[in-house]
Amino acid sequence: MTIQEVQLDRKKSPFYSRQAKLDRLNQWHEWKGYSSADAFYNAELEYFAIRNSTAVFDLTPMTKYRITGPDSLDYIDRLVTRDMRKIKPGRVAYAVWCDDQGQVIDDGTIFHLMEGEYRLCSQERHMEWLTAAAIGLDVNIKEETADIAALAVQGPTSYSVLKNLGLDGVENLKLFGLMDFDFEGTNLMVSRTGYTGDLGYELWIDPSKAEALWDALFEAGTNYGIMAIGTTALEQSRIEAGYLAAYEDFLPALATVRTGRSRSPFEIGLGWLVDFKKPNFNGRRALAREKRSGSTWRLVKLDIEGNKPASHSYIYTKKYGRFRQVGFVTSAAWSPICKHNIAIGTVRTPNGKVGDTLWVEIYYQREMHWTRLMAKAEVVGKPFWDPERRRVTPPGVY
Amino acid sequence: MKTYDAIVVGAGHNGLTNAAFLAKAGLDVLCVEKNEYIGGATVSRNLYKDWIYSNASYVCSLLRPEIFRALELSRHGLQITPYGGGTVFMQKGGYLGSYPDHDVHHREYSRFSKNDADAYERFSADTMRQCRFVRDFLLRTPADPTSFKPKDLKRLAHLGSKFFEMGEDRMYDTIRFWTMSVAEYLDEYFETDVIKAALSGSGIIGTALGIHSPGTAYVLLHHYMGEVDGNMGAWGFARGGMGAVAEAIAGAFQAYGGELRRDAGVEQILVKRGKVKGVALTNGEEIDARIVVSGMDVKRTFLKCMDKKDLPADFYHRVENFKIRGSSGKLNIALDGMPSFPALPKGSPLLDGDMHFIDSMERMERAYDDWKEGTWSKDPYVDMVIPTVSDPTMAPPGKHFMSCFVQYCPAKINGREWKPEEREAFGQTVIDQIAEYSPDFKDLILHVEVRTPKEIEDEAGLTEGNIFHGELTMDQLMFNRPVPGYAQYRAPVAGLYMCGSSTHPGGGVIAAPGANAAREILFDLSRSNTVPETFGDD
Ligand SMILES: Cc1cc2nc3c(=O)[nH]c(=O)nc-3n(C[C@H](O)[C@H](O)[C@H](O)COP(=O)(O)OP(=O)(O)OC[C@H]3O[C@@H](n4cnc5c(N)ncnc54)[C@H](O)[C@@H]3O)c2cc1C
Repeated sequence: MTIQEVQLDRKKSPFYSRQAKLDRLNQWHEWKGYSSADAFYNAELEYFAIRNSTAVFDLTPMTKYRITGPDSLDYIDRLVTRDMRKIKPGRVAYAVWCDDQGQVIDDGTIFHLMEGEYRLCSQERHMEWLTAAAIGLDVNIKEETADIAALAVQGPTSYSVLKNLGLDGVENLKLFGLMDFDFEGTNLMVSRTGYTGDLGYELWIDPSKAEALWDALFEAGTNYGIMAIGTTALEQSRIEAGYLAAYEDFLPALATVRTGRSRSPFEIGLGWLVDFKKPNFNGRRALAREKRSGSTWRLVKLDIEGNKPASHSYIYTKKYGRFRQVGFVTSAAWSPICKHNIAIGTVRTPNGKVGDTLWVEIYYQREMHWTRLMAKAEVVGKPFWDPERRRVTPPGVY
Repeated sequence: MKTYDAIVVGAGHNGLTNAAFLAKAGLDVLCVEKNEYIGGATVSRNLYKDWIYSNASYVCSLLRPEIFRALELSRHGLQITPYGGGTVFMQKGGYLGSYPDHDVHHREYSRFSKNDADAYERFSADTMRQCRFVRDFLLRTPADPTSFKPKDLKRLAHLGSKFFEMGEDRMYDTIRFWTMSVAEYLDEYFETDVIKAALSGSGIIGTALGIHSPGTAYVLLHHYMGEVDGNMGAWGFARGGMGAVAEAIAGAFQAYGGELRRDAGVEQILVKRGKVKGVALTNGEEIDARIVVSGMDVKRTFLKCMDKKDLPADFYHRVENFKIRGSSGKLNIALDGMPSFPALPKGSPLLDGDMHFIDSMERMERAYDDWKEGTWSKDPYVDMVIPTVSDPTMAPPGKHFMSCFVQYCPAKINGREWKPEEREAFGQTVIDQIAEYSPDFKDLILHVEVRTPKEIEDEAGLTEGNIFHGELTMDQLMFNRPVPGYAQYRAPVAGLYMCGSSTHPGGGVIAAPGANAAREILFDLSRSNTVPETFGDD
């Protein structure tokens, strides 16, 4: 009898062989059991590939589920807070889903692949909960994380790269749309989605074709500044775009131990995704109550004076010269493209309305010594980075 | 003749802890132990050649770090090192592993069920939530809910605020949790039988209840609420065996000027005019003290070591009815080498972890059926560890010490005393079960010590060999432990206190009962407190 053993070392994505060849730093971390690079050569240059040319990020480890069956639409519609009937085949929707208390379990993207067939991409793994949420409905839910190799191809020249790769018709692909192409006899799905807030695409293919796709892509991108990137650069760009990260900007409700550490969609700036016109969805009653009686927390995007990133800072209000702590920063970065000192944070309501002035307490270290400063922070409404080119169809050639 | 400030009866780890904090406060303290060795159920013994056995308790997690620090136990030689991982061997071949690496653990559960792998996260969060709730009370004296003393009102208010802090839904969950069976609790998360069997063991260890008995979910918690260096739920080995815990506390006690006497069993706790006077030893010697603290379990203290005339009838009957049933046995084995486990992959890290040989909930329950019928489990739940895989001090190089904790094993066979041949048969049952998964195991055995509850009672003095000094059921926890009205470590005789595991927060190598009792005693004496506060939220 053969002895089974679970893989003890970290899993490697089907793109690993190609990434390892480019790797100069040997800096990897774990992402849902996979090895994922912090950076390959230089995080700063990788960041500028996102904003200046084309960056390629391996997102294979992202959790993916396939949802099929006669009731799949009803299922998805009850699962998430937004109206999924409006999301036609060939479209992708950003969505958030809650428990019965209206607390966010996770956010993610839902791909309407074809009539009655969906892919749900989430930050966390929820098979047990997704299964439990199917009561009374005829659906089939399958985790397909390892069955699909996925790459994010992001940046102003990404359209040109795909065009050069021979993806005819990709010029017609709209933001949050998806299209199927043929790649060496295999289906290649391309969606105009991403986590960088820039012009960009995500490519989805059978793992057996992963290396061939990578090679062809880099070949096609040679003259367009294509570059493999790691998580450090991606993280910087997602903060600029104002996107949320689980375990940073919110905690998945099912994983919280302490009371009051979970958040509702309203409390993380996703109220626009809650559609009370739907008669029934998970968390509806609790969310309706919250809508009436008000939320405890508010997510803020902060534009902070100076240039010292406000990571892990407390947020204060200042009245009559006295500081009062009202929240804390959950993500922070210096934005090289905007030349702004930016952050995402969570504050107690009613503080943090757009236009309010708050204060953050920043500690920074120079040559062993620490300095503390109180910096003024403006609450802003829009993402820090949201260029026109993200939306324009057909995209321009940059 | 000399009168001590306090005599502590029994050098179990709680008695020693109590004695150490009293001595630290400047009291003149004598600790008397009936055995020639100290530690009670926290003991290392050398019974065969160069081997050292963790004779009773064998792994450490509950020991409160606040006490570890306050008594400077590291300076007195104590080292606890965590161990990771575990295995359940399956009857039809294969195994279920448990790995310290989060994602490897997830992958392993996924081999059986993706649902269960993901559900484990929810299970961990929910269990952790309950742990945080109870942990806050470990180093506190339970509130007396019937008292209007400011101190008790404060304690009650604290209990209430901790409870309400959880929020509505979680309050419901908490109330359900405290009365549920471990099987029901696990059913709320998992679908795979072997996964449930693996996790249910913590719900019955040391308990005369089955996995389907109400109250066993709490017992699971009791095994999860410990930590090694802030790693909640982690278990470790004490270097040199569990006796190292008792030795270190004894070291602290003596460093504070305390006096320790071995071979000094107490025959009776002496009372004069309603006030404690001292103790009479089995050799007839009488020693006077202003205070006597019993580290023995309540039954032994009040039913065996006191004159009935000195006790209130109601209290006496309640102690008589205190549930303290024997349900666990132990095998300590010296091995000539490391046994092989062919079901595991070569070089698997699981070989360094604990091992279990029951793979279904049905077998778990059947093990309990045997106990109910008055005999030992024919297919027992065995919690087996080999501490010498990481501890170089307990056996010669290349040789090993194996500790097998066995559930269930009754204090009496069909209501009568054990016969020697039955004890042998009990030991053989365990050896046979392990040998099914390890072909060379039997040949490696050099020496076996088989302990039924009877031997445990005879040596460490735990009534019926109950490892917790009394069942950890709701009716015997918090302000009901050991009996209602007496949860604040004071016995119904002036100057007499209790500090053993029969008191809050209960059994295990935790040292909290001993510490809490010391705090109350120092309060009564208007001495400044030497007992640490809980570290609080982490
Ligand atoms: C087999 C077994 C395995 C266990 N495994 C674990 C484990 O792995 N991890 C864990 O945390 N817990 C474990 N426990 C539980 C834990 O060991 C006990 O709950 C704990 O050690 C009890 O400590 P104590 O100080 O309250 O009492 P005891 O250790 O029982 O101490 C009482 C002391 O009083 C002495 N004494 C009794 N009568 C007299 C007398 N008349 N005069 C003088 N002295 C007297 C005894 O000899 C003894 O030294 C186990 C227990 C057993 C029995």
